[in-house]
Amino acid sequence: RQRDQSPLKWGSKTQYLLTCVGFCVGLGNVWRFPYLCQSHGGGAFMIPFIILLVFEGVPLLYLEFAIGQRLRSGSVGVWSSIHPYMTGVGIASMTVSFFVGMYYNTILAWVMWYFLNSFQSPLPWSQCPLNDNLTDLVSECKRSSPVDYFWYRETLNTSTSIEESGGLQWWMVLCLAAAWSVLYLCCIRGIETTGKVVYITSTLPYVVLTIFLIRGLTLKGSVEGIKFLFTPDLNELLNPSTWLDAGAQVFYSFSLGVGGLISFSSYNPVHNNCEQDAIIIAIINGFTSIFAATVIYTIIGFRATKQFDDCLNEYVNILMLLNAFDLVEGTVTEINYDEMLQNLNSTISGSEVIQGLDLSTCNLRTFLSDGVEGTGLAFIVFTEAITKMPISPLWSVLFFVMLFCLGLSTMFGAIEGVVVAIQDFKIFPTWPKEVISGIVCLSSFLIALIFSLGSGNYWLALFDSYAGSIPLLIIAFCEMVGVAYVYGIERFNKDIEFMIGHKPNIFWQAMWRVISPLIVLVIFLIYFVNEVSSTLTYITWNPSSENFPVLEILPYPNWVYIIILLLAGLPSLAIPGFALYKVLQKCCCKKTIKKLELNTVSANVNMYDTK
Amino acid sequence: MLWKVLLLLGLSSAWAQKLCSPGASDGYKVRLSINSALGDQAYVWNENEMFLFRATLAFAMRTYSDGQEYDVANVVVCDETPRVSFWFVVTSPLDASLLVDKRRVEEAVRKSRSRINSAFLLTDDTLEFIGIPPTLEAPVAPDTPPWLIAFGVVMGGVGAGIVVLLVSSVVQKIRKKRDGEEETGGKTENEAASDAIYNMSFSDDEPVTQM
Repeated sequence: RQRDQSPLKWGSKTQYLLTCVGFCVGLGNVWRFPYLCQSHGGGAFMIPFIILLVFEGVPLLYLEFAIGQRLRSGSVGVWSSIHPYMTGVGIASMTVSFFVGMYYNTILAWVMWYFLNSFQSPLPWSQCPLNDNLTDLVSECKRSSPVDYFWYRETLNTSTSIEESGGLQWWMVLCLAAAWSVLYLCCIRGIETTGKVVYITSTLPYVVLTIFLIRGLTLKGSVEGIKFLFTPDLNELLNPSTWLDAGAQVFYSFSLGVGGLISFSSYNPVHNNCEQDAIIIAIINGFTSIFAATVIYTIIGFRATKQFDDCLNEYVNILMLLNAFDLVEGTVTEINYDEMLQNLNSTISGSEVIQGLDLSTCNLRTFLSDGVEGTGLAFIVFTEAITKMPISPLWSVLFFVMLFCLGLSTMFGAIEGVVVAIQDFKIFPTWPKEVISGIVCLSSFLIALIFSLGSGNYWLALFDSYAGSIPLLIIAFCEMVGVAYVYGIERFNKDIEFMIGHKPNIFWQAMWRVISPLIVLVIFLIYFVNEVSSTLTYITWNPSSENFPVLEILPYPNWVYIIILLLAGLPSLAIPGFALYKVLQKCCCKKTIKKLELNTVSANVNMYDTK
Repeated sequence: MLWKVLLLLGLSSAWAQKLCSPGASDGYKVRLSINSALGDQAYVWNENEMFLFRATLAFAMRTYSDGQEYDVANVVVCDETPRVSFWFVVTSPLDASLLVDKRRVEEAVRKSRSRINSAFLLTDDTLEFIGIPPTLEAPVAPDTPPWLIAFGVVMGGVGAGIVVLLVSSVVQKIRKKRDGEEETGGKTENEAASDAIYNMSFSDDEPVTQM
């Protein structure tokens, strides 16, 4: 199922590299990696990260670039070229692209909402709204915080569990429509349009990160944050979950297995040096993760120090003591606070009163390790830090534009994976690409409306945990096994020699044949066993729960397990499923399967004159 | 005679004191933080200041309650502490043994809060009536939420862009068809739209993509 002989191609190599960088560098670099780094021993985490980058990330990247460039087709075309029975891998990639694209763009809709709300001063998440009779702040907001309230109530309007749908939230529907429209505008003609947009979407995040780094370093407490992030704890290297998380992060961070990279490299001229490209992209991705982590933690350090200083400002505690014991103003001051507290605590009645007062204790470390990954980092922690910086709306706009660009460039790859697969299958052969892109965007938008329900946040967490994780690991494993053993590593080496002039050296051979598939298999097995053996739970926001504002952990209801099976199982089972279908077709209908011409050197020598 | 008057006075004040007690159901606790509010300019709290308080409260009851002629004597104060805090109750002008309902007192205090505050040069935070929350200033809410305006701008731009791109590709197709018919007379092109721009015969093949 080779594409027609009038190919699309890149306007320039810069466009290709920027598109790949944009595809790989995404929200995970900003809000997953810093958290992993900090929680798995800081600077020590670099060791497993870099090791697995070299042994797992780069070989897989090189593989996808090479097969795309050689077989000159999207994921479906490539796998059916390698072997008709392996077409299922391409179908799995397309399905995963579709699911992931749906929920990923919803996150962009949330970013869009925050962006639109940044054009006012003071920012709406900097203070609590008043209740109806104007006597006090809204109780839900008072008990938690303005940023929590804005996120859970005014943005998501979240229900208390996944079973309560809560109805469509109209403002979210509007933001979803906006996000999908922007995406459609950029992807309308495939790489023709995205190739131009990436000049902005791939470079702007770096500009903004640099601006934030400079701004962050001038704020008090930023160095504390960086120290907290990078202080190495070598004991963490003995913990297997550190290696597991590093491996998973490298894998997901490169957006492998969704077919986008294969598709992008298929537009390259056949003699492009894909080995060099793979190494360059890997280095840029790794560097971006570390750079983003540094920036994030300067700002988190600033926020934590501010909270710590406010907490230390014992004015509130002093007032509480004065009021509780009806002492004359001035008897308790910041200087004698500790003494007085001890004196009052020494009587039985006094200590009872003091216990009931709930005086705050201050610890900088608690503030630093406060809820710092995923949407919590971007929409709660970082937004709060921004409200404490002067000229907050400016920083807010910059931050959310950066997040939007990061996510949008990743979405280009996801859409490319789906649209190209549809074209390869020739489902709508005569329809122009604009229409196919439009159909993909529209149908994804309609299904993604589920994420704009009151329970949408929980659905998204579900998709995030299960639609992308397991199928991608399976696809990556099948890719490597397929190329190394079904296609044949010798044939693959010859292809690479044809493309770039020399055979891949012993390092690559060892990686592709043994080490990288092994690493992916181990990650998959551990992950799979973990998920299957535990009751699956999720966290909810419930204002009427006991520990509010701490998020409540609930188990999933039974019907959700079916959905999880569909999400993770459908793409995974497409691989053996399609193979089975082909076998049945061959046996039952006695049809000779049209064995597609494998793109060996001889078959293609007439396409490009080697000069 | 004199001892009868004295007895009556004593009894009535004792009676009044019984009406007012900490935790009284129709009473409120008041707390002042003069030093925190005024710092160096702080005045000393004494009997005269207390008299001013009782007079101010009587004024509030007169103006914002049922219009009866409340007097300083109708505001009874007790349990003063050095913090400065105390309890007060309001008795009815018609019958000194009857207490005015809590809600009427609250209403009167609420409505005249700013007058009471300014009499003592204090604010809602530093002159507290425990149990009567101050009416907070409502934030200015614009008619159209600002985010909707920004949304309109974004969608307008995006919509215009989509229309322009779609129209231009339709125009290109029409133009190509016209040229194609003129030139070759009937050569059908496979119109997969991805190929609308790039024509094989004109592409210059380079072995390596230039930067």
